[in-house]
Amino acid sequence: MMKSLVKQGWRPALVIILLFLIWELCVQLFQVPTWLLPAPTQILEVGITEWGQYSHHVWATVQLIIVGFLIGSSIGILVAIGLHLVPFLKQSTYPLLILSQNIPVIVLAPLLVVWFGFGMLPKIIVITLVCFFPIAISLLDGFRQTDRDLMHYMQMAGASRKQLFWKLEWPNAMPSLFSGLKISATYSVMGAVISEWLGASEGIGYYMTLASSSYRTDRVFVAILIIVALSLLFFIFINWLEKIVIRWRSSGEGGSSETS
Amino acid sequence: MKHLEVKQINQTFGDVHVLNDVSFSVSEGEFVSILGPSGSGKSTLFGIIGGLTIPNSGDVLLNGNSIKGKRGSISYTPQTPSLLPWRSILDNVLLGQEISGRKDRAKALEMIERAGLSEYKDAHPHELSGGMKQRASFIRSVLSPQSLILLDEPFSALDEFTRTDMQKWLLSMWEEAKRSILFVTHNIEEAIFLSDRIIILSPRPASVLNEYKVPFDRPRREELLLTDEFLQFKKDIYQDMRLAHTT
Ligand SMILES: Nc1ncnc2c1ncn2[C@@H]1O[C@H](COP(=O)(O)OP(=O)(O)O)[C@@H](O)[C@H]1O
Ligand SMILES: [Mg+2]
Repeated sequence: MMKSLVKQGWRPALVIILLFLIWELCVQLFQVPTWLLPAPTQILEVGITEWGQYSHHVWATVQLIIVGFLIGSSIGILVAIGLHLVPFLKQSTYPLLILSQNIPVIVLAPLLVVWFGFGMLPKIIVITLVCFFPIAISLLDGFRQTDRDLMHYMQMAGASRKQLFWKLEWPNAMPSLFSGLKISATYSVMGAVISEWLGASEGIGYYMTLASSSYRTDRVFVAILIIVALSLLFFIFINWLEKIVIRWRSSGEGGSSETS
Repeated sequence: MKHLEVKQINQTFGDVHVLNDVSFSVSEGEFVSILGPSGSGKSTLFGIIGGLTIPNSGDVLLNGNSIKGKRGSISYTPQTPSLLPWRSILDNVLLGQEISGRKDRAKALEMIERAGLSEYKDAHPHELSGGMKQRASFIRSVLSPQSLILLDEPFSALDEFTRTDMQKWLLSMWEEAKRSILFVTHNIEEAIFLSDRIIILSPRPASVLNEYKVPFDRPRREELLLTDEFLQFKKDIYQDMRLAHTT
């Protein structure tokens, strides 16, 4: 995997380096003021020298992401299982679930602040809400896509509802679950940062609002960089987890979930 | 007492009349084939025997007891190999036993060895060829505790040579396992080569058109396929089915 990454990755990497070079040159050439657009080298310098001052913000956000993601995906998984096993529940709530996806969770955030204040709770609720949907929907989809012949075999062999679920439907839905988890992983980073914008006393989102209100554009860029890195790391982690859990897929099928 | 008795089954799906008063039986240890054109309702019939579908009328008796609508009484091998892609071959083969309770790994390993799949016992299904998957699927049926095995066109997706090999293999396994087998196919030659008795279904709505006792001795060899007697027998059945198809 590492090898193919290097093999396919060098071209986009080159483009990124080139972009940074042009950026650097333009800033130097036209003497753009730092508060408007700092050069990449300046951003890097601030990022490294001030690490001690903002690192606790990073850890606070990482904690928030992990807690939110764990709660959000657990609820997503439980809801999907519940809706799948109780057809009546699914029939009555699935359309609502799909509709509710059209509500941007961000618009609910101020309301959550009103109800729950500025503590951890409203932030976790925001992350839970953004994580929950992709997981519940893709897991339900995975359950629905269970092969009919396999189903018939299991039923004729006399499998109970419990056996059908644990021996067939659940493992069958694993790839779908992971494509949901991957979407939620990136969403949860976004959810954490936005919830911190709305009101917090620490976290990378809070650090970002502080920096922008004092025109420390270089620090804003540092924050952006860290958020991108967190998103990427989280995504890679889920990808790695998927490779561990789903070893049985032939290489031909492997690419299907990468598209999402 | 017959091992399996299918009594006057009628089945319709909406306006489509699929099975029309179908009756036949299978004796203990017998190999019976159901021969019928595609779409005549063979898989539907298996679904009824397996308890998946409840027929509009009629009954299914196993050792004299009704199993209509009761699942888990027979062992079934579907048209496609239907192995669970996330399980190793060994775990797949044990699935039938797992569902009904007791696992016998030693027996499973022995059967895998006899099927020539030892090398693949820890492999996943996607690493196997079509023939190997069908063998694994059949072993799963034989290992299951139920005494009657239903096979639904298990070899229809295989090429000619693999199919003949698989038929010989199936016969050798059956002669040893002493189980009753109900085998579905639309291939006349396959039905004659394998069975003690052949039940011919008419096109939809399917009813039992005719029944043949296969006169050839066992164990049967591949050479049988080219003898005059075999070809004549095949011709008779073919004409029977042809006639039903045109009228
Ligand atoms: N659940 C069902 N609902 C409606 N029609 C069905 C159903 N199952 C089978 N059929 C119809 O019954 C006929 C027989 O199908 P099948 O038993 O699969 O035939 P065969 O296995 O002999 O090829 C087909 O025309 C098929 O469309
Ligand atoms: Mg069929």
